[in-house]
Amino acid sequence: MTQSNSHPTGSSGLMTAGLVLGSLALAFVFLGSSLASNETPKDVLFWSAAAGLSFLAVWGIRRLAAIEGHAAFASLTATVFGLWIVYFWQLLTVALDVPRVLLPAPWLIMQSLWEHVPTLTRDFFQTVVKAVVTGWVLGCSLGFGVALAIDRLPFLQRGLLPIASLTSTIPLVGVAPIAVMWFGFDWQSKAAVVVLMTFFPMLVSTLAGLQASNRLERELMHSYAANYGRTLWSLRLPSAVPFLFSALKVNATLALIGAIVAEFFGSPTSGLGFRISTEATRMNMPLVWAAVVVSAVTGSLVYAILVAWERRIAFWHPSIRGQR
Amino acid sequence: MATTSKPSVSSLFPITVILLAVVVAWYGLTVYLNAPGAIERVLDALGPWTWQDLVNATLNMQRPVLPAPHQVAADLWTSLVDWPLDSPRNLLYHVAVTGESTLVGFAMGTALGLVLSICIVHSRTLDRALLPWVVASQSVPVLAIAPIVLVILGSMGFSGVAPKAVIAMYLCFFPVTVAMVQGLRSPQVIETEMMHTYAASRWQALWMLRLPAALPFLFPALRVGIAAGLVGAMVAELPTGAQAGLGARLLTGSYYGQTIQIWSALVMSALLGLTLTGIVATIETLVLGNRRQA
Repeated sequence: MTQSNSHPTGSSGLMTAGLVLGSLALAFVFLGSSLASNETPKDVLFWSAAAGLSFLAVWGIRRLAAIEGHAAFASLTATVFGLWIVYFWQLLTVALDVPRVLLPAPWLIMQSLWEHVPTLTRDFFQTVVKAVVTGWVLGCSLGFGVALAIDRLPFLQRGLLPIASLTSTIPLVGVAPIAVMWFGFDWQSKAAVVVLMTFFPMLVSTLAGLQASNRLERELMHSYAANYGRTLWSLRLPSAVPFLFSALKVNATLALIGAIVAEFFGSPTSGLGFRISTEATRMNMPLVWAAVVVSAVTGSLVYAILVAWERRIAFWHPSIRGQR
Repeated sequence: MATTSKPSVSSLFPITVILLAVVVAWYGLTVYLNAPGAIERVLDALGPWTWQDLVNATLNMQRPVLPAPHQVAADLWTSLVDWPLDSPRNLLYHVAVTGESTLVGFAMGTALGLVLSICIVHSRTLDRALLPWVVASQSVPVLAIAPIVLVILGSMGFSGVAPKAVIAMYLCFFPVTVAMVQGLRSPQVIETEMMHTYAASRWQALWMLRLPAALPFLFPALRVGIAAGLVGAMVAELPTGAQAGLGARLLTGSYYGQTIQIWSALVMSALLGLTLTGIVATIETLVLGNRRQA
């Protein structure tokens, strides 16, 4: 666990860049060479080359991680680490002849993704565009609306808030079979599950956010003779924005999970969850992994979009100004 | 940022009112949703009927669209009382099956998360290379790989608790790791510097300063983790065609259109979730109770 405390002067930074890029280039030459192909037996030469590469990989990542300074270096380190993981995943699954059922090589997954673009696009539309987006928008706006509606009714708040917080401990996705019975096999039942799952976090967060403005600020609004609506619009809603966005982000993940899992319970013949569960029983693992890749990329993209959106809307908030 | 507010005595009355309203609304919905089916299958066969007949019929159907609360309660009660504990018709048996895999997975996931977070805090390389991926996993539906885990472990010959526990494990693992890294870093510079002036080793600093400081971060993650683990264990019971467990109970109920069975399994899983989180919360108050809240 010793750390190399190298302060990168220009030359050592260049050396790190050279090391990382050079070893990656070497690695891909090695992967493409006949040494790592399927036919050749994996002898001492192959394994020593692989060991050498892993040494280079670790060395490069350690040097990258030691660089102080800009935050971009941190994400660069993570990216290089991810690249190496995928690389060794590919190299070792081929070299050790790991059965496809256990772990398909990344290249196989990418091939399967490419071959099944039409199917996966249909699945994406079925699950994400129809079920997730509809359910997420409906659930979030319902939660927000109910929170606003009971903002002036402390009695209902005191009764509803504890119940709403407790729902996070309940496996709500279990209502999927009931939703299928009520709303049919198509996306409507999945959207209903998503509405139920996203409603409560939004309600709780909005209520918390509306309380976030401090007493001094509220008294200032009072001294301006601002009425309820004006105070809500100019003070309390803006100070609730970070809370709203944290709920939107949590709900985006929850909605994806809800829709995919609800499809495990029964669905028409498309949808990411349907693809994952049926192709898993058919042992077509590359396609299962491809569907997982699609849902993972969707999840991170939606998250990234929401973060960017939050930065534009709540640019004035201390938590965001502090990140610059 | 959703803070769990503990129900205080003053809010007991509002909570009761809300719950009562839910029950009343449930009964209303039961009558409304079951009325078409009741008219078609029960009442029209008997000739002329009144409103009382309709309400009576909708609340006591064999396979209702929405069972009335008292039907679910009766089903729960008979399953708990009339059958021995090891019978698959007793819901506590299914609770035990699902609860076991949840708890095993929770323990493994927490242990793994603790070890990994300690490694991340002490290694800059891991911090920069691995932590971003663990954090990113929070925005990805990791539950989607549950069928893959089932296939992999199934082809390696594992069955029963192990695959379900593994899924519960990796669902617990991510929130615990993220929270513990945050918690282990929470001591202020002045505190770590004091450990340094005492010539405390890394392990002593970890044991006496970092771990105690991380506990307030750990417990919320544990609550999230055990709830996620329960969902994972239930989902893991779906594709295997498992005979036991609350997830399997939900699935067989939906196969055979046994709505009352689905609802009682749902109520049972909600109770299990509340109990598991309640246990974690109790341990939290026992451990952190005499500490001033930061």
